[in-house]
Amino acid sequence: MFADYSMSELGAIFAMQGFAGLILFSVFVLMALGLAIIFGQMGVINMAHGEFMILGAYVTYIVSNIFAAYMPALFSMYFFVAMILAFIASGALGLFVEWAMIRHLYKRPLDTLLATWGLSLILQQLYRSIFGAREVGVSIPDWMMGSLPLTDMIEVPINGIFVMILAVTISVGVWIMMYRSNWGKQVRAINQNRVMADAVGINTAWTDRLTFGIGCGVAGVAGSAFTMIGSTGPTAGQLYIVDTFLVVVFGGAGSLLGTIASAFSISQAQSIMEFFLSGSMAKVLTLLTVVGILMIRPQGLFTLKLRK
Amino acid sequence: MSDENSNPKSNGVSRRAVLAGGTALTASLFMPKSLKASDFPTAAVNTTGLAVTDDTVTIGILHSVTGTMAISETGSVQAEKLAIEQINAQGGILGRKIEYIQEDGASDWPTFAEKARKLLVNDKVASVMGCWTSASRKAVLPVFEQHNGFLYYPTFYEGLEQSPNVIYTGQEATQQIIAGLDWVNRTKGAKSFYLLGSDYIWPRTSNKIARKHIENFMEGCEVVGEEYYPLGHTQFNSVINKIRLRKPDVIYAIVVGGSNVAFYKQLKAAGIDMTKEAPLLLTISVTEDEIRGIGGENIEGAYACMKYFQSLDNPNNIEFVKEFKKMWGDDMVIGDVTQAAYLGPWLWKAAVEAAGSFDVDKVRAASPGIELTSAPEGYVKVHENHHLWSKTRVGRAQADGQYEVVFETAELVEPDPFPEGYQ
Repeated sequence: MFADYSMSELGAIFAMQGFAGLILFSVFVLMALGLAIIFGQMGVINMAHGEFMILGAYVTYIVSNIFAAYMPALFSMYFFVAMILAFIASGALGLFVEWAMIRHLYKRPLDTLLATWGLSLILQQLYRSIFGAREVGVSIPDWMMGSLPLTDMIEVPINGIFVMILAVTISVGVWIMMYRSNWGKQVRAINQNRVMADAVGINTAWTDRLTFGIGCGVAGVAGSAFTMIGSTGPTAGQLYIVDTFLVVVFGGAGSLLGTIASAFSISQAQSIMEFFLSGSMAKVLTLLTVVGILMIRPQGLFTLKLRK
Repeated sequence: MSDENSNPKSNGVSRRAVLAGGTALTASLFMPKSLKASDFPTAAVNTTGLAVTDDTVTIGILHSVTGTMAISETGSVQAEKLAIEQINAQGGILGRKIEYIQEDGASDWPTFAEKARKLLVNDKVASVMGCWTSASRKAVLPVFEQHNGFLYYPTFYEGLEQSPNVIYTGQEATQQIIAGLDWVNRTKGAKSFYLLGSDYIWPRTSNKIARKHIENFMEGCEVVGEEYYPLGHTQFNSVINKIRLRKPDVIYAIVVGGSNVAFYKQLKAAGIDMTKEAPLLLTISVTEDEIRGIGGENIEGAYACMKYFQSLDNPNNIEFVKEFKKMWGDDMVIGDVTQAAYLGPWLWKAAVEAAGSFDVDKVRAASPGIELTSAPEGYVKVHENHHLWSKTRVGRAQADGQYEVVFETAELVEPDPFPEGYQ
């Protein structure tokens, strides 16, 4: 396969392929962080995760239109405003959903699966009624599209670098909140022993609501970032949901480090195999490997040590 | 989810009805061919118990207006309703107004079959305009053949089918593929091709035809890669690197749905500028509809090969685009399939009038040879094999989301759903 190419060509291709793997890794981390918070810390199976992401994408679409119409001079910077608003919008919807639906179902974890799936259908139809069934085109500032030539042959997509930086920033942010803040301590306490946490005076109801809201907010930011690399339509969230659950479950629910490790291994495996095999085959082999490993180690890669 | 005779904007109903009446009057004054229902007694034009009365005839519209396919099928529904309204304004068919019953296939193939059965058995519709994906067409096919219904199917598709109960108003694969490949070879000197597609029957069959044509009929040309990605795949960086490595003259892309948007955005972000044509990108799956989601700036410079573009410069099309926008809004775009869907009611009207009857068997017998000179794409004609003779065109995508037509075949291309030498 490589006989016809010079060493420098091969070097350039492998370097770019390495970047492709890292970009995929960042995308997986962004998709999965919100769910890792919700599923990992609260045990809620949120089937509407993709729809919270798409809400962020639609917010980005609206903000880009507003900037284009009223503040064309600032258009190149609108993306940062859009991401903050996406966090607020998805987070607020998350708070509302937790209050209206999820909190009644904590004792019936399987029912949350059905309820959130229903919620995902409702949200899809809502997007369809408001924005139309067709995909909307989000215009991205010019500086974010295009590539950065590192050498003559190696070019790196700018939006890929952007997604990478964002993934690192949000991961660090979530880590600080989870392990260095008061809220994080409470979340982890509730996760370990809900009754005891309640007894020592932690407001579990409010902490749950906030956790769900933050998880959804992070999903919204991810959705906002994905307008650069993917489509924005009523059902686009469905494109991400399978990979998202795969990453979180494979990493081991409840462990942020596990989520990141699993995103890294799945993305590298997939990206390397995609290069040597056809796309569908790469996906099949990735899924088979994950299923195989989960059969041997059902708790996932990393687990929290809990006293049950 | 059935809504009978729903109007696009309910507040405009009465005014449009008046306008339609006015047009009908002028039509009957100036068009000697306008037919009166009294000349065609219901008992004579409907011997099989279809939903035909002395002044109306009922047909079915069967598309997905919910679910993933709603993105694509909405345009077809709009085009069919426009055609029906225009036909009614001209006096209808055999003096009868068309009424329609719309059913929602909900992007679910068994639902399509069930709704098709409802339309044919309960509603006794005289014909059906409907379906979009091949999977939905395959699902309703046994129903139409069992109950002897008549379906007008608008989408360009992979061929390998010819049912007595279906008229295919879109192009089959050879019509769409071969002219484009020859053109890119002849005018751009392209010799090497990288075939890429979503992983299901249409892209695979189309690429098979493309590969056979490139290897057997185009001298000195070769396929340097062929690849498929699952539907809904959103990460194309690896394949873009592979394309860089192989350096093909042409990327031949048949990616569909949400993947489409991801593919073109990532191609642009990876620094592959399609306006420089190195490599050149040729697609058969991106109409003006899809560009709305992709963004014109992300696909500028790519070539598409199909039979219709909204920018076609002929009087029929200018009128069609104007009427379509008047009915559905100025921000509408019209893609290849939308135009093909628009042909359905008109082709059926012509066949019914040629047969002098609504009976499915008589309409079927009258269909081959039916001509339409008023089609937005230009002159079309129904072939013996129930597909359309049509021209094939190549368009170049522009930043505003429209195509500039750069080539069209001199003659109509014969439909060949079972191409020899391509299997």
